[in-house]
Amino acid sequence: MEPFIKHTGLVAPLDRVNVDTDQMVPKQFLKFLTREGYGRVLFYDWRYLPGEKLNPDFVLNQPRYKGASVLLARANFGCGSSREHAPWGILDYGFRTILAPSYADIFYNNCFKNGILPVTLSNEQMDELFKRTEEKEGYRLTVDLEQQIVTGDNGLRYSFEVDPFRRDCLLRGLDDIGLTLVHDQHITGFEGKNLRLPVMYDPVDVKYHKQ
Amino acid sequence: MAARTLYEKIWEAHIVREEPGQPTLIYIDRHLIHEGTSPQAFAGLKAAGRKVRQPQLTFAVMDHSVSTKNRLLPVLDADALGQFEALARNCQEHGVHLFDLHSKNQGIIHIIGPELGITQPGQTIVCGDSHTSTHGAFGALAFGIGTSEIEHVLATQCLTQFKSKTMKIEINGKRPRGVTAKDFILTVIGKIGIAGGTGYVFEYTGEAVRGLSMEGRMTMCNMSIEGGARAGMVSPDETTFAYLEGRPFVPRGKEFQVAVDHWRSLATDAGAKFDETLTLHANELAPMVTWGTNPGMVTQVTDRVPDPASFGDPVDREAASRALVYMGLKPGTRIEDISLDRVFIGSCTNSRIEDLRAAAKVVAGKHVSKDLKQALVVPGSRRVKVEAETEGLDKIFRDAGFEWRDAGCSMCIGMNDDVLLSGERSASTSNRNFEGRQGKGGRTHLVSPMMAAAAAIEGHFVDIRDWKNADGAE
Repeated sequence: MEPFIKHTGLVAPLDRVNVDTDQMVPKQFLKFLTREGYGRVLFYDWRYLPGEKLNPDFVLNQPRYKGASVLLARANFGCGSSREHAPWGILDYGFRTILAPSYADIFYNNCFKNGILPVTLSNEQMDELFKRTEEKEGYRLTVDLEQQIVTGDNGLRYSFEVDPFRRDCLLRGLDDIGLTLVHDQHITGFEGKNLRLPVMYDPVDVKYHKQ
Repeated sequence: MAARTLYEKIWEAHIVREEPGQPTLIYIDRHLIHEGTSPQAFAGLKAAGRKVRQPQLTFAVMDHSVSTKNRLLPVLDADALGQFEALARNCQEHGVHLFDLHSKNQGIIHIIGPELGITQPGQTIVCGDSHTSTHGAFGALAFGIGTSEIEHVLATQCLTQFKSKTMKIEINGKRPRGVTAKDFILTVIGKIGIAGGTGYVFEYTGEAVRGLSMEGRMTMCNMSIEGGARAGMVSPDETTFAYLEGRPFVPRGKEFQVAVDHWRSLATDAGAKFDETLTLHANELAPMVTWGTNPGMVTQVTDRVPDPASFGDPVDREAASRALVYMGLKPGTRIEDISLDRVFIGSCTNSRIEDLRAAAKVVAGKHVSKDLKQALVVPGSRRVKVEAETEGLDKIFRDAGFEWRDAGCSMCIGMNDDVLLSGERSASTSNRNFEGRQGKGGRTHLVSPMMAAAAAIEGHFVDIRDWKNADGAE
């Protein structure tokens, strides 16, 4: 995973609440076997008209937001399905960080697993950022995870909270599984005391069960 | 020892490693996987040269992309076929239990886990699917995870987790006639909102919840995620034990008694503290119908589509306006005047045998409205299908003009060819009415199986309480 330390980029606004992961990556794109390529289909039903023509009414299609890497969003961003295709799409599209007042749990967690920093700010701070982004073409922000601050022009400076463990993993781009396997002894110890493999008392039509 | 909640008891029993300031490493007892979200996890595992730590704790099924038509025909959807083949290959390579397309036990993962007794009280259960919360009905801690976490569980049989807060959701009184577990949970979500449970685990309790069958409890727990909670649970009781006894993966005889004694001890202690409590009375509850584009946009069947101007919060007002445009509805329209194109009875929320019985009772001797394009019944599992056929429910549905299909997720998510076309409106027993969920441009109204069945007959919503064959207490 690519570490996230500090990022400066063009800001794009997605001004609606409760954006669910079905909107980020619709079901017809959940049939692929890889983690790549979901940027093209991100927000598919909003972004494209029939025949995959760009929908000029969708905010991310406006030329001024082309190349954006900082996404402004509203409350409960990423609700619904657990599909990790949603953060894969966000990242592949080019966003490295999201700023929003709140996130749904599973999506929030999935972001950290993919090197995306979801920053939580207050509603008032978000209102201000939306306003500035809309007012000034080419509006850019810097998100600094080390310092835990968002900075922009005219002295804008918002600090934010993030769990220290998640912060550390993201700063160092750590592989979670590797981290857990450091504690292999603990896992083996737990299994020694507690592990009960499932027993099939009544044979059912299943493959690869070992009794 | 201080009084503890069910959640706290399960959490504490699964701690592998705890360190101040860090998330806790917890052990996962059952890992359920399906073709939709697992291939990238197996690929990641392989790329890192890792193995599945406990393949025997892992159960796979094909459900999301399966056709509900003739299972004996070749799979025509090349992408779906690719997913099935990848899952089969991964299960074979790692020795993971697999219920494939042709297994007699195939079905939606959240239906087959409980019906085979794979799901048991006190377990930690995860799956790359947000409706994993269903299994909490048994007094298990069950929640949905992303693909990176699937890979993590495959490799380590553990997850790093932050402890959740707890919310007690109590429904007192007796379930009124025509009102189901689906209406309970839609009412709860309508009250707390779709983010109201973020950061919480719900525990459902109170006389009306205790009075639900296991299937009703599963319906409630299933939609916990629609209220923002990753998990919902019910303390295990006699209803739980009676449901489990004799199921294929449940211990027998003396071993069963030992298990029951343990399961009984898991129930939330009297006096245990919750971070939040929501109390409802069953006599306030009515059949519910969603009118918008998330499950919190919901009202009673006797109500009208709300006027966005009536919402105090400007954010809610705008969301409601946008939803009504998408849904093609005018404020003030009576819910009962909304006419439908398709009806779907199925999904991990409402496709169990009791759901099908309740719906069949409503449609018996009647016929689907000629204004409807399609009325679909998709049993949650092939076991449910066989059971329904043994009882003659398939005949009742077919005679009434419904299509009777094979098991799968079907029109809940529309990953197969069971979809809404743009502009079409459905009454659906599923769990999500998001934009495009059942098909791009499709308009979904979530309801209970009885309400869906009655709507199919009339071609528009009706109050099932006015029908004499609605089940529940008088």
